[in-house]
Parts: sequence; structure tokens; C-alpha cells
Amino acid sequence: MAVPPLPDPLVPQVYRVEQVRRELSDTVTLELKPRSGSRPAFEAGQFNMLYAFGVGEVPISMSGDRANKAAFVHTVRDVGAISGAIAKLEVGATIGLRGPFGTTWPVSAAEGSDIVIVAGGLGLAPLRPAIYDILANRGRYGRVVILLGSRNPDDMLYRHELEQWRQRLDVDIEVTVDHANVDWHGHVGVVPALIPRAEFDPHDTVALVCGPEVMMRFTVSALRDAGVPIDRIYLSMERNMKCAIGFCGHCQFGPTFVCKDGPVMRFDRIADIFTTREV
Amino acid sequence: MEGLEHILSEHAFFEGISAENRQLVSGCARYHSFNAGQYLFREGELANEFFLIRHGKVALEIVAPGQAPIIFATLGEGEIVGASWLVPPYRWTFDARAVEFTRAIGIDAACLRGKCEADHHLGYEMMKRFLPILVQRLHATRLQILDVYGKR
Repeated sequence: MAVPPLPDPLVPQVYRVEQVRRELSDTVTLELKPRSGSRPAFEAGQFNMLYAFGVGEVPISMSGDRANKAAFVHTVRDVGAISGAIAKLEVGATIGLRGPFGTTWPVSAAEGSDIVIVAGGLGLAPLRPAIYDILANRGRYGRVVILLGSRNPDDMLYRHELEQWRQRLDVDIEVTVDHANVDWHGHVGVVPALIPRAEFDPHDTVALVCGPEVMMRFTVSALRDAGVPIDRIYLSMERNMKCAIGFCGHCQFGPTFVCKDGPVMRFDRIADIFTTREV
Repeated sequence: MEGLEHILSEHAFFEGISAENRQLVSGCARYHSFNAGQYLFREGELANEFFLIRHGKVALEIVAPGQAPIIFATLGEGEIVGASWLVPPYRWTFDARAVEFTRAIGIDAACLRGKCEADHHLGYEMMKRFLPILVQRLHATRLQILDVYGKR
């Protein structure tokens, strides 16, 4: 389900940085409020184009709670000139913003089913709004399982929040890291390896997956091995999004454009091209 | 012995194994328990036994000189610790340490290898159970080596 974008989707609106929270050494979470008017509505899974004035524009997924009606929340990792400029913004700075764009996690459609959320690294950020929605309406779902993979214990995103969610008795949360030193008492290994150990009904489960594409390939394979049908697996894809409205073609992924047909895609619709190197 | 056979029949690794083969394997099995911090085995030691974890958690570690040990995998209930007993020269290539109190069944490697040599049906049965685990771990290692969460 796509939410209609702003009337003129190519014109950035000016937003103010209200809060900056350092998550990791290279990753920050920004709370952005419109300088005038109200924040547009969005659904979990969508993204905005953030414009660092004079530097450039990048697509960044929503990572905040939809219940926060005043601001957009974005978690940004410094991986290049534009994201680096955005990650250096301080409270009071201004930024251009277009959006929201793209498709959404099937949070409502999944009601009544078990939910398996698999996140790798920064992939937890686009999933966090879905987690907020699901936990806010916990009674509408069966089992809720959240599996997170991280490079090491120090690189774990939203650690404080994970610890809070873990205290709930109605959510199964497992975290694994690729490697650790002996101080770490949790799982070590890749996140798909947690899937066979998790308790859910594979035939009545909706899986939401986000992370590096290679990690998603292994995760899809593990979910299929567990018996989850491919039309109940959703991935958040990432390509070189520029215009965000399907005009420019930079984010073409086979017959689709990730900016408007994604980023959230049902796996059975992309299964044929998912592992094709040339796509 | 009946107790061991029963435990083996309930362990995920031996799911569906025939009573006859289970009996053969249980003849090589014994109980173990490891306190947190205790090593199941150390790198370089003879791999004369492998372990089926009943409950608890075991960390597989590699130590480089002058550095803290690095944990590259943890294994838990229903999983197998150790495959070096299958391949000459039958020596462990990493350390295995109990992270928490762990109960396991140890299978005497020489005993089981001997039975597999004598009974190729049992040997093939064991190979069919070990090979998917080894392939799965190879895939996992491949994903770890890719360092997918690092900066590109």
C-alpha cells in the first residue's frame, strides 16, 4: 500500500534538526521537524529523500515511531559525502526533505499471523517503525520474533531499545554477532542461523527482512527451509534512488523501480531476479 | 545404556535414526557436563570425542598470539560440537568452551569410526547427518567472511 506523496514531490521542504542522538561511532539518529506546517503522514517501510544543502540528496528510510506526529526520525550512517554531511548536522541546522515515498511493510495485512522480523546491521532502522506498530497492537498478532545480526557487540544499533523490548514477555528477541571476544555471552554466528531455532508457525507467518542484500539472500533461504511460503516474505531493497518517483530510472531493478515499487517488495515478485548478477 | 539411547533418540541430530543404529552409536556414548568457563577441548588436542549438546551453550574460539580469543560461533541445544574427529589427523583446530553450564553426550570417535568401517550403512547414515551441518557451517562462514555489515 503506497501513501500519496506531497503534491510536488520534487520540491524539498525545509526541516529543522530538533535532536541528534549518536547511535554508533559513524551513525546518528536525527529528529527532523518541518519549519512550517505539519509532518506528512507515513507508513512503516517508507523513505524520505534527505538533502544536505550544497552537497546532495540521499534516500533514508523512516526509523521512528509513527505515533510521533511532530517529526520524522532518520538513522543515518556516514558512508559517503552526502550521508557524512547529514550525519554531522547539529541541533538547529536545516535540511531539505522530500517524501514520504515508496511501499510499506504489510503491518496491517499481517494481523492474525506470526511475525518474524530479521534485521542485519543498520537494517534494523527501516524495520523499527514496523516493530513500534506491531508492539503497539501486540494483541492482533500471533508470535512475534525479532532476530538481529550485527558485526560485533559494539556495532549493535538501538541497543538500549533492544534491551527494553527483550524485557517484554510477549516478544522473542534473539541477537547474534559475527564475532565477539570472550566478554560476550550471547550468540555468535550469522543471523539466518537463528531462524531454525526460533519458534513460529511457518505456514502462518509473515517475515519482514532488511539488511545487506547478501544477508537477505541467506535469510530468505533459511526462511524457505523453515517452510515460510515465498509470498509471505517481504524484503526492503536498496538501489541507487534519485528522483524517488519512478521518473529517472536510476533505481531500476528488473521490471520494477525500487523507489516506487519498493523499497518493500514481496519476495515471490522478485524471486526470479533476486540473485541475478546483471540486474 | 537405555538412558543414553533414549537421550540420543530425542536429540535433533539423531532424529529418525533406526533403533539398530542408535544402539550402535549409544555403545560409544557417555554423559558429560561442563561448568561455565570449562573447555570441552583445546586446539591441537586429539579429536577423540565429539559432543551433542543437550542444553547449555558452547563457544568456539580461535586464539592468535598476543590477542584476546575471538569467538566465531556459539552452539546450543540440539547442535553438534566438532567434526575434526572425522578427518585425519583427528586434531581439534579451535577451542570449545562452555559459556554456561552445559550438558552433553560425548561420542567416542575411535569407537564410532570403527563401527562405521565395519558397517557402511551406519557410516553412510552418519555421513548424511554430518554433511548438511558441515555445508551449513561453510555457508555461514562464507557470510561471516564477507563482513556484510562493514562499510563498503
